[in-house]
Amino acid sequence: MVARAPYWKTLTQPLIRQNPVTLQILGLCSALAVTTTLATALTMSVSLTIVVTLSCGIISLIRRHIPDTIRMIVQIVIIAAMVIVIDQFLQAYFAEISRALSVYVWLITTNCVVMARTETYASHNPPLPSMVDGFGYGLGYSLILMILGGLRELFGKGELFGAQVLPLADQGGWFTPLSLMLLAPSGFFLLGGMVWAIRSIRPEQAEAPEHTPPARMEPAQ
Amino acid sequence: MAARDWNPLRRLLALPNESRTKTILVAFLVSAISAALVSGATVWLRPIQAANRAAEEQARIAALVQGIPGMSDLLEQSGGTLSTVVIDLDRGRAAAEVTPATLEAALADPANWTVLDAGQNIAGLGQRPNFVQVYLLRDGDTVSLLLLPLSGQGYGGRIDAIMALRGDMNTIAGIAVTQHSETPGLGARIEESSWRASFPGTELRDASGELRFRVARGPASGVHEVDGITGATRTGRGVTQMVRFWLGPDGYGPLLDAIERGEF
Repeated sequence: MVARAPYWKTLTQPLIRQNPVTLQILGLCSALAVTTTLATALTMSVSLTIVVTLSCGIISLIRRHIPDTIRMIVQIVIIAAMVIVIDQFLQAYFAEISRALSVYVWLITTNCVVMARTETYASHNPPLPSMVDGFGYGLGYSLILMILGGLRELFGKGELFGAQVLPLADQGGWFTPLSLMLLAPSGFFLLGGMVWAIRSIRPEQAEAPEHTPPARMEPAQ
Repeated sequence: MAARDWNPLRRLLALPNESRTKTILVAFLVSAISAALVSGATVWLRPIQAANRAAEEQARIAALVQGIPGMSDLLEQSGGTLSTVVIDLDRGRAAAEVTPATLEAALADPANWTVLDAGQNIAGLGQRPNFVQVYLLRDGDTVSLLLLPLSGQGYGGRIDAIMALRGDMNTIAGIAVTQHSETPGLGARIEESSWRASFPGTELRDASGELRFRVARGPASGVHEVDGITGATRTGRGVTQMVRFWLGPDGYGPLLDAIERGEF
């Protein structure tokens, strides 16, 4: 009963307070690339969460026997094996989504969220907390991906999960799709807006400025 | 002093982490287990993946045919389906002993493959099957549309495509890329419809019968060329060589001659 509270904290910490994407700014490449629709964002989220949870567990199990000199190589081999298995599974059962995700599933191997958790947490903690921690970070990443994917699909196409939500103007409705939402820049805009919003609500997340701006010059009258 | 432990695994784990033996053995064990996992998943899931790819190929053939102007009307007139024929490439006519159902078994036999020598091997395949399944549409006695599967070496791996030829056996009616592993954003654009749109109407041979088809480096000039993709020169060359090989004398050449003579 004593142990439950820390697990709960480990699990919920990465959702907002330590979110890998908005606080640590990790895993941006995939977060921007796969969020044009909710379906791809969800598949990517689930794949990453499974990979990070399992690899954290495995690495934590053998953490006392990984020689320091080849630590990173062993971790990457384990993560890469997980990723290939997941990719084969997606190709078999979700062929169309797998095609849409293209290289981004393979790139989970080098996703900084996974690497950061296995290197900083799983290699120093027992399996169960490591898996909870990995799962929490997976959920934190998924949360951002789902919000981004939802916003982009809703405003870009007027759909959610491929079902029409907003009636399109060219079919007699009122909604004109914002094609910009389907392009990469909108991912940056939305993500930037989210980071700004979260850091305004929680000022402790804002980084200290690295330098002080020069005193403002008064314009000559 | 405790008795010596004879369990090799326990002895290995008891070694200090920095010892060379343990480093090598841990590296080996991790790789071996990962390799077994990956191979297991691949072998176990391959049949499902193959079925998916076959279904996708059928869908692409259907889309290719639908995309050719006037083709859906022709299809309806002929009963709505393409006929499937297994071709004996060397003789250029329908294979007598191989049917679409037995094609896979026939191709498992190495005797049904022809090894290509250096001069013939322009598509980078090394060998080609003697039997290929093609799709065609007849309009009365003449062939009005012929769908030919092609494959060749691209930049990142093999490219598989299906090319549709009009009844004159010289004008391309369309192309569908069924499988490739080209660079995303560059060579992978061969599967985009905007690039494939430059194929219809392109002609394969000039008046003297020589194969002139080519993916241009840049915009197409002339009726024998299609637009190149910027930054994907080697993919373009791969497509050029693939088309030249398969429509040349070592590929479908004998079949095309037979159709032109009206013997098919």
